[in-house]
Amino acid sequence: MPGPVRITLDDYRAVAPRGAVDFVVRLAETVRGRRLVHVTASRYGGGIAATLNRMLPVVNALGVETTWEIIVGTAEFDAGARSLALALHGTEQVVTEAMLERLHATCVDNATRLPLDGDLVMVHGGAPFLLVDRRPDAGRWVWRGHGDLSAPQAQVWGFLRRFLPRYDAAVLSRRSFAPPLPIPRYLIAPAVDPLDDRNRDMSRLEQAQRLDRLGVPRDKPYLVQVGEFTRTQDPQGVINAYRLVKKRHDVRLVLAGAEPADGTTVLDEVREAAHADPDVVPIVLGGAPDADLNALERGATVVVQKPLRADFALDVACAMWKGKPVIGSPVGGIPDQIVSQATGFIVSTVEGAAFRLRHLLNSPELIGRMGAAAREMVRHRFLITRDLADHLGLLAHLTK
Amino acid sequence: MTLMPFVFHGCLAVRELVGPEAWDARALLEGIGQVSDEMLFTHTAGTMLRRTVQGDAWPNDFALWAATELGDQALAERLAMVDVFDAGSLDALRANLVAVFEDHLHRGPVAPTPAREPFVFLRTHVVPVPLGVTASTLREFRDGLAVVDASALFYHVVEVRYRLGRDRGDFAEWTEHGLGRADLAERLARIDAHVGSLERIRDRCLGVLEDGLVPGS
Repeated sequence: MPGPVRITLDDYRAVAPRGAVDFVVRLAETVRGRRLVHVTASRYGGGIAATLNRMLPVVNALGVETTWEIIVGTAEFDAGARSLALALHGTEQVVTEAMLERLHATCVDNATRLPLDGDLVMVHGGAPFLLVDRRPDAGRWVWRGHGDLSAPQAQVWGFLRRFLPRYDAAVLSRRSFAPPLPIPRYLIAPAVDPLDDRNRDMSRLEQAQRLDRLGVPRDKPYLVQVGEFTRTQDPQGVINAYRLVKKRHDVRLVLAGAEPADGTTVLDEVREAAHADPDVVPIVLGGAPDADLNALERGATVVVQKPLRADFALDVACAMWKGKPVIGSPVGGIPDQIVSQATGFIVSTVEGAAFRLRHLLNSPELIGRMGAAAREMVRHRFLITRDLADHLGLLAHLTK
Repeated sequence: MTLMPFVFHGCLAVRELVGPEAWDARALLEGIGQVSDEMLFTHTAGTMLRRTVQGDAWPNDFALWAATELGDQALAERLAMVDVFDAGSLDALRANLVAVFEDHLHRGPVAPTPAREPFVFLRTHVVPVPLGVTASTLREFRDGLAVVDASALFYHVVEVRYRLGRDRGDFAEWTEHGLGRADLAERLARIDAHVGSLERIRDRCLGVLEDGLVPGS
């Protein structure tokens, strides 16, 4: 059953920390009448769009007028914007001067067309970054950088930096993701929505039906890692950890993720491992996989999230929200989410992951205790209600 | 009979990265010597606002960084025991932190160990939010405290002591001067805010107030 289509702030009362919804209502009263504008490259797909789709009706209902504008360009602009996004996150791209000029020209054109006259204008990501070159004098403009921006491609960053002083501030997701900037840098961590398909409550029947359809037998405990089948997500490392555990515990390993766009080598290797051991279960997700991931995480005994490199990695918070201890690597935003030895474990090696898996599998009461602490940690620090408050707080601070 | 009703406020911290960055214990010591009181508060008592329900392993950011990024368990443990509330003032807190670092560096290797990730100083801009909950009696106070956002605990128990330079929080002040219950005020002021979480502080405060509601208490 899909979640309700139209969510109101009151719907979060059942899941948010006590007093948190009233806090958001009161905070909104302090900024009522001010206007917030978000600008992104797309209204669909990805965590930012999903969050804004959920947040906007709620914020508007609170009396804070909030709009969401989309930058529009040609197919060439879209391709250039994709390269720009990758370059900002440190993946070297071929970006020509002509591409950068095209990005600039498209932003200038959009700036004349879009209603960007908010008290606070928040520009998300790389594609609309250059809108700021034609910003009006009134209002405050902030650039919202998502993910790890600590090592952008120098040539691209050099071009964008020239326009940074036109912004009043930047908002980043964590300290280590922030490049040096000539403007104030604020921190807002991303959050999960407890009422969306990935995180909503799910009946045991629906969970069982989904696991059956995914081909995950329910006759023994299983471990799960969610992540694309790429070297970066290190599924082979997780398989090796599982093999060290398997000697003592009869468990299954589920690896669930999307097929990478740039080849299937890693997926082939995982399938080969699965061929040799039927308790290794690779699941290639497609379409709208959120409810299936929800079922997989709920059914798991322990969740592993052991990428070699990561952005904030909110998959960790998604699993924690289901009351699961997570064994994660010390990369990206994972250490912000796991309090090691309290809500899960931070590990650096295959052996470390295997040791902590055995530690937990030998102590079912610890799984329950850590899982409960993990859910409470997410409830207080990584739910959309906190994100909502942080955005309203930023609006209050920057437009006071 | 009370003079003024208690007005509950919550708060939100807008966090701003301001630097400087420290890549080892010596650089962090220099940073602690230079940064503003406000930034010192942010990284010590200010971390309580993040500890709403789950007490983090370390009660301040300096200890957390020493443990996780420097891998220096001994330094982390010593920094963890520098209690902002016992220190009495931020000047004294700064002096206590500097003393721990100097002693630790004196005993350690000549070249300090480099960290995996630098310590970056933050400034927090506290946005106070009136919560629309007031109390004129002990019962109303107990009922209000039971339902307000956890940030109210931070605002009234932790932040106010820094903002107004007082040695106890608003709850103790109001129960004594508003309600005339010095007995409860003394117990509220004794609650240890250095370790644990805001929800634990709430539970303890509620326990004291419950006791105060017992007839003849």
